[in-house]
Amino acid sequence: MPVSSPRTAYWRGLTTALPFVIVVGPFGLLFGVVGTEAGLDVAQVMGFTVLVIAGASQFTALQLMYDNAPTLIVIASALAVNLRMAMYSASFAPHLGGAPFWQRALIAYMNVDQTYAMSITEYETAPHQSTAEKVAFFFGTATPTIPVWIGASALGIVLGEAIPPALGLDFAVPITFIALIAPALRTLAHVAAALTSVVMAVVFSFLPWNLWLLVAGLLAMIVGAEVERRMGMGR
Amino acid sequence: MNYSAGEIWLIILALGAGTFLVRFSFLGVLGNRSLPAWLLRHLRYTAVGILPGMVTPLVLWPQATGGQTDPGRIAAAALALAVGLWTRSPIWAIVAGMATLWVQGWIMASSF
Repeated sequence: MPVSSPRTAYWRGLTTALPFVIVVGPFGLLFGVVGTEAGLDVAQVMGFTVLVIAGASQFTALQLMYDNAPTLIVIASALAVNLRMAMYSASFAPHLGGAPFWQRALIAYMNVDQTYAMSITEYETAPHQSTAEKVAFFFGTATPTIPVWIGASALGIVLGEAIPPALGLDFAVPITFIALIAPALRTLAHVAAALTSVVMAVVFSFLPWNLWLLVAGLLAMIVGAEVERRMGMGR
Repeated sequence: MNYSAGEIWLIILALGAGTFLVRFSFLGVLGNRSLPAWLLRHLRYTAVGILPGMVTPLVLWPQATGGQTDPGRIAAAALALAVGLWTRSPIWAIVAGMATLWVQGWIMASSF
């Protein structure tokens, strides 16, 4: 084991996150483009990008606004997409719960799918690091991710319709999520959870307001945990 | 889209505040109190439980085609998954998925 410190943990986080810039970039760019085309002004697009920082829910809100859904439905549906982050928050708690309040608040603000996925993988791979190292690793992953997300959205507003649809940027979103999931399918339990999630998302797709996502996610977690328990590989 | 500027900002601020509270929930309130083993066991499957479900309709019924199932996008998603499983690298998975889409687009464009 190499000697570790918050400083090396920070740099490890930063270098882990750097390649993801090519993923987050197009995602943010796309929101800038689509948001502008949908009729939002510059401040509104940047408001979403800076205050929400959650691509999937921003696109959900945008789609519903495009369909002129009632304001409350827009807010509730987009928030429902983000409810998965309560579970992210809970799985961070045992690792980062000892950090000062302001650090936990800042981490919560920047806890997006990418920074979460990279950090939780690090914490599960090397659970015995100090809280300071774990915090530093998270801030390392956020350092390139968040500014690129915000900057790319701003660039997207400028580029607007100049981006050819043939680039298939719309599909960068699902490809990104698949790329994050695939390497995480380490055990039978992980595979069972992922399959449950896919099947249940289709089975419950009739549910309104993105409730299908919460149902599929909860069932998948139960299946994953149960498979792990039966395989007797708990920690 | 016919919302007043006030309604749009209400959506942005409510979504921003709500999202922060969701993200802060357990991390902010629980502090470093330990969670029971059964809960931790479930939380291990959060990402792998939610993200595949979120991706599924985007792959099966993409918005760019108006919800029409597109074999090209399914092929791109399948290749991204296969390469991700094989290389254990998210980056190669993304490269494989996007390259599949672009090659198809290029073939389509040059066949007209």
